[in-house]
Amino acid sequence: MSNAAENAKLYGYLASFDLVDEFLAAAAKVRDAGYTRWDAHSPFVIHGLDAAMGVKKTVLPYIVFLAGLTGAAAGILLQWWTNAVDYPFLISGKPLFSLPANIPVAFETTILFAAVSALIGMLALNRLPQLYHPLFTNRSFKRVTDDRFFISIEAEDPLFDATKTRELLESISGRSIEEIEVHP
Amino acid sequence: MQGNVLDITTENRHLNGVMRPALIICAVMAVIGFGGALFLANTTEHGIEYLLETYLVSFAFFLAISLGGLFFVLLQHCTRAGWSVVVRRVAEAVAANVWVMAALAVPVVYGIHHLYHWADAGAAAHDPLLAAKAGFLNPSFFIIRLVIYFLVWGVMASFLLRTSVAQDASGDPKLTLRMERLSAPGMILFALTINFAAFDILMSLDPHWFSTIFGVYYFSVSIVAFLAVMPKILYALQMRGVLPNAITVEHYHDFGKLLFGFNVFWAYIAFSQYMLIWYANIPEETEWFLKRQTGEWATVSLILIFGHFVLPFLLLVSRVIKRRPLLLAITGGYVAAMCWVDVYWLVIPEFSPGVARFGLLDVLCFLGMNGVFSAALVLRMRRHSVIAEKDPRLEESLAFENA
Repeated sequence: MSNAAENAKLYGYLASFDLVDEFLAAAAKVRDAGYTRWDAHSPFVIHGLDAAMGVKKTVLPYIVFLAGLTGAAAGILLQWWTNAVDYPFLISGKPLFSLPANIPVAFETTILFAAVSALIGMLALNRLPQLYHPLFTNRSFKRVTDDRFFISIEAEDPLFDATKTRELLESISGRSIEEIEVHP
Repeated sequence: MQGNVLDITTENRHLNGVMRPALIICAVMAVIGFGGALFLANTTEHGIEYLLETYLVSFAFFLAISLGGLFFVLLQHCTRAGWSVVVRRVAEAVAANVWVMAALAVPVVYGIHHLYHWADAGAAAHDPLLAAKAGFLNPSFFIIRLVIYFLVWGVMASFLLRTSVAQDASGDPKLTLRMERLSAPGMILFALTINFAAFDILMSLDPHWFSTIFGVYYFSVSIVAFLAVMPKILYALQMRGVLPNAITVEHYHDFGKLLFGFNVFWAYIAFSQYMLIWYANIPEETEWFLKRQTGEWATVSLILIFGHFVLPFLLLVSRVIKRRPLLLAITGGYVAAMCWVDVYWLVIPEFSPGVARFGLLDVLCFLGMNGVFSAALVLRMRRHSVIAEKDPRLEESLAFENA
């Protein structure tokens, strides 16, 4: 479909689907074929797609939990250093370092660290922001925001084979497969 | 997955087969519990007084579970929740159990002169603070207020249960709208009544002390206790073949998430109450906490911090336990036990300074009330389906998945 320049490289194949059920079945077949560098694209959230794609559980919760603990420790340390060590300041007869008074700030820094790490971690794990993607060059792919479902398999996948992968996608989608190219 | 919603008519939706053994267990618990407690109380010195005190603990605990159920049902209607439809009928039955708690309030009223210092006419004569509060804190107005609270809760709970059961037959979606519309003002009534009930039943044990957040504290106890026992009730039903497929891991997962969230809310409220009093350091406020950090009660306070907040936080923060119904039921049972310890910590230091005299009497009294409460729950659920059969959002709930 494309009249690519001489130096254009193959990014991967793109297959399209009309129905959610077809789409989920296709994702399960690609998963079972053992591909790892591929993706499924849909205009809306589909329950069960994660399972059909065999998506592994994210490590994000662990990052957030550790960041939260770091935040709590940072909040306590900050108050200990500023109020009890660096500039001792007596407030209403309380000990210079006393836990009850430190809890609110420690709570806030816990939330701050956890929330910021959740946002940054989510972006980093998804490799976002990504302003350009080879799939954007494809005309029919624009319908992914409207009424089409797509599966793309990248050429960099270790199992990728120019003919076998094409045959697999054709057999499950029943339509012609489009080639996506990268223009360096 | 899409497109294969369960047909609930294939499910066992009635308690018929499991009712008899459940009722026998409940009856045995009630008889051994209350019978043993009465026997023990009669044969020990100050036994009846101890029994009244621990009775108040278990009464406030089971009342909290019922009120948590009422709040949960009101909340589902206010938010037009879809996920919870398959479990809402059980929550409605727990809420309607508030009528049983009304009957179980009688011994509290009977023991009013022992439990509540302000109920002593002589006490007010020597105590200007009590004399000033006598217009509110006196036995007859106390009883009138209790009657009002239970009427408000009971009428709301019965309305929600009856309307929902009526929909089982008619399938009329207008009934859902009716419940939604009345749940919003119901929520306001609930907030006011639980607040004042907490002041009356628990805070007035020390009539000199006051805390404006105390009602919210008792509310947090009630919602945590309810969310903690729900997975256990649902798991017990499913183990006996009731609703084996309608209630899924996804519903348990949501109860786990809510339990985690509201348990943190409890800690937040408890600390908010503590910190302001600690910071201001005014004797008339701090004396309440002083009692609870003197002697053995200091240990109980630490048990609450680590056992009621830190450990459940760590257990429930990951999805490991939340998505395993048996583990969640066990964890919930543990959190519920901690809620009971919390109520114990609210009540008993007023009568037993320095000594956390936990013993057989407390266990027996708890067992007895557990038997009566559970028997009433089973008997109530026997009368109708255990699922809101024709709720317009039933399909959404059956197909529900946590994304």
